[in-house]
Amino acid sequence: MSKHHISATVNGDPVEFLTSSGATLLDVLRDQLNLTGTKEGCGSGDCGACSVILDGRLVCSCLVLAPEAEGRRIETVEGLSDGVRLHPLQEQFLKHAALQCGFCTPGFLVAAKALLDANPDPSETEVRYWLAGNLCRCTGYDKIVRAVMDTAAELRQARIPA
Amino acid sequence: MARVVACSDCWPLTGGASEFNVEAATVRDLIRGLDARFPGLGDFVDRRMAMAIDGEIHQDAWFSPIEPDSEVFLFPKIGGG
Amino acid sequence: MSETLKRPGARQTLNVVGTRPIRPDGADKVTGRAAFGADLSMSGQLVGRILRSPHPHARILSIDTSKAAALPGVKAVITGADFPDLGAEVLAGGEAVTNLADMAANVMARDKVLYDGHAVAAVAAISAEIAEEALRRIEVAYETLPHVIEVLEAMRPDAPVLHATLFTQGLEARPEQPSNISNRTRFMRGDFEAAYAAADVRMEGRYTTRAVHQGYIEPHACVAAWGSDGQCEVWGSSQGQFMVRTYCARVLGVPISNVHVTPAEIGGGFGGKTTVYLEPVALALSRASGHPVKMVMSRDEVFRATGPTSGGVIDVKLGASNDGKIVAARVEMMFQAGAFPGSPVAAAAMTCLACYEVDNFEIVGWDVVTNTPKVAAYRAPGAPLGAFGVESAVDELALTLGLDPLTLREINAVKDGSKAPYGPTYQNIAYVDTLAAIRDSEHYKAPLGPNQGRGVAAGFWFNHGGESSGAVHVADDGGIVVVSSNPDIGGSRAAMAMMAAETLGVPLERVRPVVGDTDSIGFAMVTGGSRTTFATGLAVVRAAEQVIEQLRQRAAMLWEVDADKVAWRAGEAVCTDPEKADLKPLSLATLAERASRTGGPISAQVSLNAQGASPGFGVHLCDLEVDPETGVARVIRYTAAQDVGRAIHPSYVEGQLQGGAVQGIGWALNEEYIFDAGGRMENAGFLDYRMPVASDLPMIDTILVETTPNPLHPFGVKGVGEVPIVPPLAAVANALRRAIGVRVPDLPLSPPRILAALEAKQA
Ligand code: FES
Ligand code: FES
Repeated sequence: MSKHHISATVNGDPVEFLTSSGATLLDVLRDQLNLTGTKEGCGSGDCGACSVILDGRLVCSCLVLAPEAEGRRIETVEGLSDGVRLHPLQEQFLKHAALQCGFCTPGFLVAAKALLDANPDPSETEVRYWLAGNLCRCTGYDKIVRAVMDTAAELRQARIPA
Repeated sequence: MARVVACSDCWPLTGGASEFNVEAATVRDLIRGLDARFPGLGDFVDRRMAMAIDGEIHQDAWFSPIEPDSEVFLFPKIGGG
Repeated sequence: MSETLKRPGARQTLNVVGTRPIRPDGADKVTGRAAFGADLSMSGQLVGRILRSPHPHARILSIDTSKAAALPGVKAVITGADFPDLGAEVLAGGEAVTNLADMAANVMARDKVLYDGHAVAAVAAISAEIAEEALRRIEVAYETLPHVIEVLEAMRPDAPVLHATLFTQGLEARPEQPSNISNRTRFMRGDFEAAYAAADVRMEGRYTTRAVHQGYIEPHACVAAWGSDGQCEVWGSSQGQFMVRTYCARVLGVPISNVHVTPAEIGGGFGGKTTVYLEPVALALSRASGHPVKMVMSRDEVFRATGPTSGGVIDVKLGASNDGKIVAARVEMMFQAGAFPGSPVAAAAMTCLACYEVDNFEIVGWDVVTNTPKVAAYRAPGAPLGAFGVESAVDELALTLGLDPLTLREINAVKDGSKAPYGPTYQNIAYVDTLAAIRDSEHYKAPLGPNQGRGVAAGFWFNHGGESSGAVHVADDGGIVVVSSNPDIGGSRAAMAMMAAETLGVPLERVRPVVGDTDSIGFAMVTGGSRTTFATGLAVVRAAEQVIEQLRQRAAMLWEVDADKVAWRAGEAVCTDPEKADLKPLSLATLAERASRTGGPISAQVSLNAQGASPGFGVHLCDLEVDPETGVARVIRYTAAQDVGRAIHPSYVEGQLQGGAVQGIGWALNEEYIFDAGGRMENAGFLDYRMPVASDLPMIDTILVETTPNPLHPFGVKGVGEVPIVPPLAAVANALRRAIGVRVPDLPLSPPRILAALEAKQA
């Protein structure tokens, strides 16, 4: 089996990897790049645990073939925080106790970031529909929705020039 | 003598009796007493039954005390999710 | 919206307990650093895969693994023959009483497969592709047998029999023939027949539920290594590292102390991870290959081969007086156990009438094996089914009598001194307060619109104590490390740290809670049954108290006074000897720094078997809106109230209520195992097994009832995790009944069922 040589950008850093045609971006992130923050809950695009942002678009990395990553920009949960300070979404998730087991959390954070990048002032309904591709079995979503709404408000505040 | 009330799971071993009196100062005594009276029941209760001693639930607790006028209910051990 | 109801003036002064700090493992979990079951790799590891039966019931005639073993890159192929034969020994090391031979046969089939998805062989190879190719090359010859899925069919005398050795227990006489009925449990009081016949009002109904899955998002996963010295390492996610250790050792026939299990973070369990599926297989593959083996289930495998909970048939008869007193009740329940005995029907029998004072009742539970995956615990196992039947019937009774459904429950409510149907006398329960909390809520008074209905239902769970361990270590700068014996599924590290900080009188930031592996902390039963904050919390508090004792002694040594002249206040040693009033308090940091000179490190570990867990009660209120065109029912408002004793971290307690309620809503409206005529599961994926998503739901309001703390716990904790899934099935069904005017007694309340009910009503 011949392998593809792929160059891409992950969380701002250039990466290169060899991959077979059938491998998914999720496999490569987890098994080759050691970015295990992105989770696999189903492998079929139904749970959102594997959410990443690909060239600004929210995708399920379990549905993206690894060779398709050539030349693309990928953002994962590991890139949300700058390593020193948490992203406001991460802080609000903690403040609201929007996670119990935490397995779905990376996917929700990435999906919520994609939402707020596109829509800084979503209604509760918009948040709920945007996040409908992400399954959480622990929380009943209440605290997750609140955390996202509060982050949106916080970011809007921060944008208003003093 | 403590009053013992056994749920139906025990009845095959008690010949259908559901209530009886047993002399016991601790759960372990009680298990021995049950076994002396109905061979096999002691082991069955030890492995499979929880007890409510005067209303309070005890599970796997051989040395929990039993008073002379205690009422002891035997019912299946409780698990959970 | 979340509220807390306290008894006025009954507040103990607490600094940490009851506050809402950031959880100590939070940063790891929002940055992707937390390592779950599939996130660890061992050097040189192989990929393990399982071959599963395509038949729901068949005899295995032969398995030829030679072609698979010959494939380059395949390092081991194993079957049931590679595991020791086990007698029918009963083990109590896990969640409930477990039959070891059954568990082993579920892990890997021996002579028969009993459900679609039953494991028959496993391979370890250098890559996933090769492992999967190897599975295709294993040749299994089956003699297929007739199968049975539905519980009532499995009980028929002419049903295909799963186990020739299964004779019904709990009957007056041992039956002559084997059958699929493994057990009958009964609970009785008074004279049901007479009281029912004499009642002013009688009603009866049959209610049914389908098998549903726990639905944790993290599939089962582990990595395991069998050392050449016979020492075994397992790293994986489960609800109990000690459970994994015991089960692996027993299934493989090795000493328990040879197995070392390190708990990974766990991505949800809800009871479904209180047993083993992969771990013994990974170890056996490792033994056969000489390499570590990593195994991760696919979602399809999770659905087909791990524990759903039972589907059940629940027959209810209620008799009442005209003024609403329930005088007679009969509940008969038939539960699918799956391939091996052990449905939660006994727990359902014990809980189904636990909210009611009834003098005459008979409860009968039947445990029935079927050609479906062996059921596993699921949050308050069994109780939601029993409550669905009884709470639906009580709602019908309220309608018949023209009584408000809360009033009917108040009239019959258990209180302190009432005798539970399974025996004990209730003490320190707050069911009546919980009913009142719902009655007083804004939600209860809010008006409803067209096509909307409001349902009420109650629920009960025992809660659980049991064996647990906790350790408290003091670092040389006075920092505290708390070691818990139980995996943290939903924030229990936070609860452990908070209880330790409260006891020691130190700021929470000084306490670092960790979860111990099997070699670093004493034994514990699984995280489940709503026992961890109660029982493990008790061990941690007792260990912290022992540390305080040591600190007082060290201070006494330094001051050269008697230890009884030293008190521990607000995190400092204070000398109470009036003659030494000038002595300044000694801080924890100072005492820790001098520990080496006063006798060495300061630490304590406590292992205990906690008795006296206090039961919990919940009352849920659900508003549903039905689209009469499509039959789609939508929950538009929901409030869950619960007797919680005292919440250590209220946010996580609210989270338990919200998460449990939503699982129950999914159970009521959408979720079910669907089998085709050939006995194969048709919807083994999240697309077709539809769990609730954010856009299906409103906010879930909570009311924490803290009027009655548990006196047997230092901070009043009662378990909270199980109760919230008990009321929702009936709360939703009762709301539907009131929205559309007819009862749909069969779950799930799917659009076709609702449409059919609407059409039947028109006709
Ligand atoms: S793992 Fe990709 S959507 Fe579930
Ligand atoms: S927090 Fe467990 S699945 Fe969302």
